[in-house]
Amino acid sequence: MSTTTTDLQNEIDAIEGSHISHNDHHHGPEKGLMRWVKTTNHKDIGTLYIWFAFTMLLIGGAMAMVIRAELFQPGLQLVEPQFFNQMTTLHGLIMVFGAIMPAFVGLANWQIPLMIGAKDMALPRMNNWSFWILPFAGAMLLSTMFMQGGGPAFGWTFYAPLSTTFAPASTDYFIFAIHMLGFSSIMGAINVIATIMNMRAPDMKLMDMPLFVWTWFITAFLLIAAMPVLAGAVTMMLTDRNFGTSFFDAAGGGDPVLFQHIFWFFGHPEVYIMILPAFGIVSQIIPTFARKPLFGYSSMVYATASIALLSFVVWGHHMFLAGMPIGGQLYFMYATILISVPTGVKVFNWVTTMWRGSMSFETPMLWAVAFVILFTIGGFSGLMLGIAPADIQYQDTYFVVAHFHYVLVTGALFSIIAAVFYWLPKWCGRMYNEKLAKIHFWWAIISVNVLFFPQHFLGLAGMPRRIPDYSLQFADFNMISSIGGFAFGASFILLTYIIVDCIRNGEPVKDARVWESAKGLEWTVPTPAPYHTFDKPPSKELILAESSHIHVEGVH
Amino acid sequence: MLGNRFLLHPKKVSFFFKSLSFLPLFFISQNAFAEFGLNLPKGVTSISRDIYGLHMLIFWVCVGIAILVFGVMTWSMIFHRKSRGAVASNFHESTAVELVWTLAPLAVLIAIAFPATKVLIDLENTERADMTVKITGYQWKWEYEYMNEGVSFFSNLDKASRDATGDAEARANHANYLLDVDNRLVLPTGKRIRFLMTSNDVIHSWWVRELGVKQDANPGFINDSWAKIDVPGVYRGQCTELCGKDHGFMPIVVEAKSEADYQKWLENKKVEQKAAAAAGDREWTKDELMVQGQKVYSSTCASCHGVTGQGVPGAFPAITGSPFASGDIKAHIGIVMNGKAGTAMQAFGKQLSDSDLAAVITFERNALNNHTGDLVQPATIKSAR
Repeated sequence: MSTTTTDLQNEIDAIEGSHISHNDHHHGPEKGLMRWVKTTNHKDIGTLYIWFAFTMLLIGGAMAMVIRAELFQPGLQLVEPQFFNQMTTLHGLIMVFGAIMPAFVGLANWQIPLMIGAKDMALPRMNNWSFWILPFAGAMLLSTMFMQGGGPAFGWTFYAPLSTTFAPASTDYFIFAIHMLGFSSIMGAINVIATIMNMRAPDMKLMDMPLFVWTWFITAFLLIAAMPVLAGAVTMMLTDRNFGTSFFDAAGGGDPVLFQHIFWFFGHPEVYIMILPAFGIVSQIIPTFARKPLFGYSSMVYATASIALLSFVVWGHHMFLAGMPIGGQLYFMYATILISVPTGVKVFNWVTTMWRGSMSFETPMLWAVAFVILFTIGGFSGLMLGIAPADIQYQDTYFVVAHFHYVLVTGALFSIIAAVFYWLPKWCGRMYNEKLAKIHFWWAIISVNVLFFPQHFLGLAGMPRRIPDYSLQFADFNMISSIGGFAFGASFILLTYIIVDCIRNGEPVKDARVWESAKGLEWTVPTPAPYHTFDKPPSKELILAESSHIHVEGVH
Repeated sequence: MLGNRFLLHPKKVSFFFKSLSFLPLFFISQNAFAEFGLNLPKGVTSISRDIYGLHMLIFWVCVGIAILVFGVMTWSMIFHRKSRGAVASNFHESTAVELVWTLAPLAVLIAIAFPATKVLIDLENTERADMTVKITGYQWKWEYEYMNEGVSFFSNLDKASRDATGDAEARANHANYLLDVDNRLVLPTGKRIRFLMTSNDVIHSWWVRELGVKQDANPGFINDSWAKIDVPGVYRGQCTELCGKDHGFMPIVVEAKSEADYQKWLENKKVEQKAAAAAGDREWTKDELMVQGQKVYSSTCASCHGVTGQGVPGAFPAITGSPFASGDIKAHIGIVMNGKAGTAMQAFGKQLSDSDLAAVITFERNALNNHTGDLVQPATIKSAR
């Protein structure tokens, strides 16, 4: 390597300098509300996505509070069973389609151009459109609650025929909302792929890309392949409901199990859509705070790709009891437990990255470590659920509820929180309150385990999911779980305060490299990140020096 | 009384927090799991015991991996801290290591897959059955039909549980709140019983943990499963596929009796069903019809149409002032007997006896704020069939 540290430092200074001279002329954002309506800037749109996701997280969380309040004691105290079913259904739909997925798209919008040295997303107008569909789709979905007959009450998996012939009239609005959400996701995914393929700094090879970019790149292909299948499923529902077809009605030659096949052909890749970007985030954060390059960069990429491919051929493990022939059950069992191999590789790589590092535990690192531990616990119960005969006793019980909340809350959601703490100082140029953020972390981490860990026991003790009332033997653990739930819910009030406080009054951060040992092109632009970045693509030397996985002697 | 249920036994609390920390579970015997309702029961069939064995096998494999992974993590989090002056190494790749931790888990998985395959093949083999019971799911009850015996009946949530949903004291006094039914599924021990599952409306799922049986009941299709119960006793379960409003209120109770006791029960049931059919041959008084009608209404109709007949706007129509219950009597009999396709309104002509139908229709026309004064006799129903 002929380049010296000084050369690179000069380049970084030059990047910063160019921003300072450019910034305040014609490149700044428009003033007022129309800035947000008309924006095509990846940073603005990223911000919109993340605030939208946060709003939906609070709405979906409020519904979870209703669920836990009703389940606090046996008996029907607060809500009617039909309304309870609406809560479980909308909670799931809103968290999946309204909170987790948009939050990841928001992070992709902010970070991918910054991490690959691109000026912006490749398709900025479509970017604007794919965001602005969301609030309308979300509002339509929520409005069903106020329609006659109530909102969707058939679970977020909306199995036919409960969701077709037996569903309330509002279901057609639900179908339209799902179509719009899918539309938005597909456009977002196309944008990510186009950006990574076309806007990447010319000297950045695919295997130079940071893992967050890699995992999102693979996720985008999953989205493009899976979301149209969901659109197909809801369209078939629509015609079954309104136009006399019988896709899912045995009386007309259809099959309700067909719905499950189509739904889970979407649904299983969807699970990985919600976790692969999380893998990417954690792979960025752990090396930073372990002060050590990521262990096994290329095996991480291959593992992610393997998981993505496998995710398309395991959907049947959601349907072991739907009446599947033994050959199908055996195949889906083998394919499913095979996924734990590449997933294990990832966990082992993270642990080895930490091994003999020089670790410090700032808030993003705390969340990332919590992710590794708790996601792994969710992975263990996932392995157990993958064993077809054992699944007989787990399917549709609270054991499953515990499992997917460990992977989606302490997995996906925790990674998003980690990412926000990690990159927020870069975005707004201010530091969050580290002390409060740590208090919040411990509060959340304890309460979330009090909330979800006992649900394993409830499931094994025989409590089915999606029931508004239960027999007395389940009372103790439900009460513990509810108490954990209320505490975890309340922790988001503190989180809101910490974030708003950071943006408004946080200690200003001047260093481009907010975390001393962080690597990546995003840390070469000034803090706060200017409205436009990388007018000139970064050099090959800078790209190599900033890659988190290849250690270049003499640079940081 | 109820309060006691909620008071956490100190032992339980400490156990819970211990189990949170995960590793101490290692040292607690498996009996302790069962006592606290923390684990699956072994059950009373060979299948349920095999499943339990598999469950524990995977559980301990997971615990082993957890100790390894979290142990290494914890070690480095304690000792490889910057604040302790740890200096970061720089290693970042090793194909050999990557190969080891790809192949070793693969070997563990293959080791698990063998017993899992064996159990699966066994439990999927429903041949050589000594008897067959057909289970049909309805919104929100089960129908059990003893094939070739001419015996069939419905199994509803018991009235005491239904009344206790809003009454804490009643719940506290009900040992099997929400897990009790009016008619139990009685089965013989020592016989290989084949279950056929289907549904009349939406998808349900029939689950009894101690039997190791859970199978979806799909409308228009038949699934099967089997059990050979070793120990007489009462085993309880619930519907495990969301099936609408009262999904949480359609429990399953299986009573396993010795072969001789089972035969006795079966004979009694046959006599009972004959008598019920004969009750339709005589003229009933209005009082008789109203009393029986109230019973049938509360077990069969009230969950949708409401205890007072008010219904649920937009979802379930009211009986009070309905064009059927206060209009043409033939149309009323028609809708009750034939139902309305694609809704929760089932064809009760197939489910209820002549006298029960006559009673409930009479009840609906003369109670719940309807005042038609009409009487419907079982004979009318019989001729309408």
